[in-house]
Amino acid sequence: MQIFEYNGSALVAMVGKNCFAIASDRRLGVQLQTIATDFQKIYKIHGRLFIGLAGLATDAQTLYQRLIFRHKLYQLREERDMKPETFASLVSAILYEKRFGPYFCQPVIAGLGKDDKPFICTMDSIGAKELAEDFVVGGTASESLYGACESMYKPDMKPEELFETISQALLSSVDRDCLSGWGGHVIVVTPDDITERTLKGRMD
Amino acid sequence: MAKAAVDVPPKGGFSFDLCRRNEMLVKKGAELPKFRKTGTTIVGLVFKDGVILGADTRATEGPIVCDKNCEKIHYMAPNIYCCGAGTAADTEAVTDMVSSQLALHRYATGRESRVITALTLLKSHLFSYQGHVSAALVLGGVDVTGPHLHTIYPHGSTDTLPFATMGSGSLAAMAMFESRYKEGMTREEGIKLVCDAICSGIFNDLGSGSNVDVCVITKDGKDYLRNHQLPNPRTYVSTRGYSFTKGQTEVLSTKITPMKEKVEIIEGDAMEE
Repeated sequence: MQIFEYNGSALVAMVGKNCFAIASDRRLGVQLQTIATDFQKIYKIHGRLFIGLAGLATDAQTLYQRLIFRHKLYQLREERDMKPETFASLVSAILYEKRFGPYFCQPVIAGLGKDDKPFICTMDSIGAKELAEDFVVGGTASESLYGACESMYKPDMKPEELFETISQALLSSVDRDCLSGWGGHVIVVTPDDITERTLKGRMD
Repeated sequence: MAKAAVDVPPKGGFSFDLCRRNEMLVKKGAELPKFRKTGTTIVGLVFKDGVILGADTRATEGPIVCDKNCEKIHYMAPNIYCCGAGTAADTEAVTDMVSSQLALHRYATGRESRVITALTLLKSHLFSYQGHVSAALVLGGVDVTGPHLHTIYPHGSTDTLPFATMGSGSLAAMAMFESRYKEGMTREEGIKLVCDAICSGIFNDLGSGSNVDVCVITKDGKDYLRNHQLPNPRTYVSTRGYSFTKGQTEVLSTKITPMKEKVEIIEGDAMEE
């Protein structure tokens, strides 16, 4: 068994015109048994920065707590929020520190940077950053997500269209992965507001 | 033990506190995740006025292409660049680390960095980890002592060569160099040969692909030609792509949070106007 297949997860982030979307499935399982169908995998760092953590859920939650802690220290010292680029470097450094005994976690980071420029990024479990201009994926459904996003993604989408595209990509991908699914959770962030939606999906 | 490691921001160095747990998971039948590799073609050659480095732009995770246009030519110093092959996190971390050591060394001495300094820092780090930090590098640069090209293996051994290749596509690239390299090439000849070597890696090695990055370093400065050649453009997507109408996806709940107004702090002499 691959360690990522213990809990199962699907994560995707996409860039639109001055906005971004990040989406996950909602299943928490122990191998083939489903434990919860409302599990949170996307976490808010601040209003314009989100991180999705795929992989082993226990490590994801531990890592999230450490990241929040480090971000709060930064806020106290600098009196400002972290830029997405800075945060990605922080996550990368925290993961690479455990190069020889890693957290079994694949982060997907999405945020709005300076001048509302969207930033998305993913990493492997030891912090090799991959910056992308279009979309990034993670989790057990990543292979089918690569295919879905590769064909559905278009550059410069508006928030409404971006939501439809990322939702369709997510739902069609998790239908081909038995370890993730049970609905979806989509967050679309524009310079003006954050829209969180839960999606109806197959419950099998 | 765990307390100190978690609560305090790290002082540097690796942390091994999850190794025992991970070992236990492996014993129970869990398989460790694959790391992102750059199964790469990277090359370098010395020409008349300096050094040319080249790289492909594919990153893989097992058989999956996870990045179609990644950067493999890393900055070390204004006059030194380094191509990386192997585990992506290692090549990235090791070059970043040495590049900041070089920057501090420049501030302390007030002199331009030398390629041999970068080489020694890299090889001593890699040797001390006995090949577990799996970075295979091609280091090139021009300093006061002239142009230099080195290859560094994951265990810390190094070579000094007029032309060099590394990564899974190294054989394909070396075939081009062995048949066509000559001493005292011009800039154009050099770039052409580097591009052809990378292309032979791209087309004949499955671990390499996508575009060609080139970096030319001379004593007058560097010329980083990102995506110098694009031999594999996308051809299969329709011009309009898929379009979804609004409201096609079934939504269970929606929550809209307006973004908080950022308070602008005007500093200094804003009152004086």
